[in-house]
Amino acid sequence: MKALVAVKRVVDYNVKVRVKSDNSGIELTNVKMSMNPFDEIAVEEAIRLKEANKIDEIIVVSIGTKQSQETIRTALAMGADRGILIETETEIQPLSVAKLLKVVCDEEKPEIVILGKQAIDDDANQTGQMLSALLNWSQGTFASKIEIDGNNLMVTREIDGGLETLKLALPSIITTDLRLNEPRYASLPNIMKAKKKPIEEKKPEDYGVDITPRLTTLKVVEPPKREAGMIVESISELVDKLKNEAKVI
Amino acid sequence: MTSLILAEHDNTELKTSTLNTIEAAKKFEEDIHVIIFGSNCQSVADYTSKIDGVSEVLIIDNDTFTNQLAEDITPEILKLSDNYNFLLAPASTFGKNIMPRVAALLDTAQISDVISIEAKDTFVRPIYAGNAFATVKSSDNKKVITIRTTAFEASQESDISAKITKIELDNKKTISEFIGQELSKSERPELTSARIIVSGGRGMQSGENFPMLEKIADKLGAAVGASRAAVDAGFVPNDYQVGQTGKIVAPDLYIAVGISGAIQHLAGMKDSKVIVAINKDEEAPIFQIADYGIVGDLFTLVPELEKELEKN
Repeated sequence: MKALVAVKRVVDYNVKVRVKSDNSGIELTNVKMSMNPFDEIAVEEAIRLKEANKIDEIIVVSIGTKQSQETIRTALAMGADRGILIETETEIQPLSVAKLLKVVCDEEKPEIVILGKQAIDDDANQTGQMLSALLNWSQGTFASKIEIDGNNLMVTREIDGGLETLKLALPSIITTDLRLNEPRYASLPNIMKAKKKPIEEKKPEDYGVDITPRLTTLKVVEPPKREAGMIVESISELVDKLKNEAKVI
Repeated sequence: MTSLILAEHDNTELKTSTLNTIEAAKKFEEDIHVIIFGSNCQSVADYTSKIDGVSEVLIIDNDTFTNQLAEDITPEILKLSDNYNFLLAPASTFGKNIMPRVAALLDTAQISDVISIEAKDTFVRPIYAGNAFATVKSSDNKKVITIRTTAFEASQESDISAKITKIELDNKKTISEFIGQELSKSERPELTSARIIVSGGRGMQSGENFPMLEKIADKLGAAVGASRAAVDAGFVPNDYQVGQTGKIVAPDLYIAVGISGAIQHLAGMKDSKVIVAINKDEEAPIFQIADYGIVGDLFTLVPELEKELEKN
């Protein structure tokens, strides 16, 4: 049984992003880039399934600029087996990603695809659900626990009211939530070994998918700034302010 | 040109998130239909029909939809989609789970977490954990949208009742099966619709200290929330989490206790009207956005706050 994991190269989660002065987007020059944190969790979960002998091979796919190869290498160093880079300079949106991944799934025939629930750049939270719909596969989004049980997958999902458990027929799409696992760091020997693992290089055209963006970004602005207020000296002053100044209690 | 809103409900009550979504859809100045998938959910339909702005309620009342699985709901929405130009749902875990499936099968790009509708094809949405707002224009014929509920008021009940139409369903086998739920039971208001929230972070040190916050919450009629750090540490369940990847809230008053204020947390609560921070570290970033801050040991200050509230 094969697992496919999709990874995205995004601005590192510790970076405080800045809006470009011409309001065309976010400043990405000389900014630290990393694997989307939810995708790291996806890679880790696939590796754990492999370690538990539930799957035999992990394929990592990334779609983006040439530098996305580094993101695939990171996943290979963690323990994935091989990579596919679909290289494009075009801004890539969730619908296009889902269409490309669908063709990859048609070719590779994985039994399970694991994706991050959202990328921390566009915060869209769409790709996994879209891929699941295009393939007409079952889906377990926002997963905090998964277990393969024969031809089924038991998945615990983090929902607004608490937790929900579903039994999904394989093949299936999983999107990861924060508490699914804690991703490992790649060891130095594994980083060296990863350099020899194969990465296939492709273009969107190879898959016959039109990736023209449907959404055009007209402008990107900073959100209204929230000014720091005041430091109060005592609880009684605080309660007084909340009552008589802010009038919220 | 009509909008179709996917209702979020629990077969008994319509969630406020749906009311926010109805309010948002009014911007299109078109008829608004609301669709309810559920079982034994007639009461939800009756209530929805009275909400201002709603011109028709569609109800598919069938055992298949007791737990409203995305795989079951999507094809039914698609069957109806020819009649609609705008398909909306709240950007809750419910809406997020279903709408991208609908969008993909309509070959449409979804616009997630909309905070402002500028025109029928132009929307504002937060990106990078709310550190930037992007204005995007959609070239698709249909618009599939999820609504950031905190950005819109809740549409109110009116005196007029809209028509309720029943839709029948052919029973069918599904690929996913609901096994169970563990919902947090609480007498307190829901986080996403509470007027006041008392939230705890890593500084709380353990789950055993959260009752301190619960006492304050009960005095104020507030909900209890938490930062990711507190949830990851196992102090409280996942559904308490406020932040970029948890719940987005905007209450009148947000009291952050022992929360340092990582950008991911701020992303979930910085639209609150009034923010109070209680933290022993005066350098904590939470103080940069708090209206009222108090520096000190929360284990002294929180009981003091409780006493002070009792006095009043």
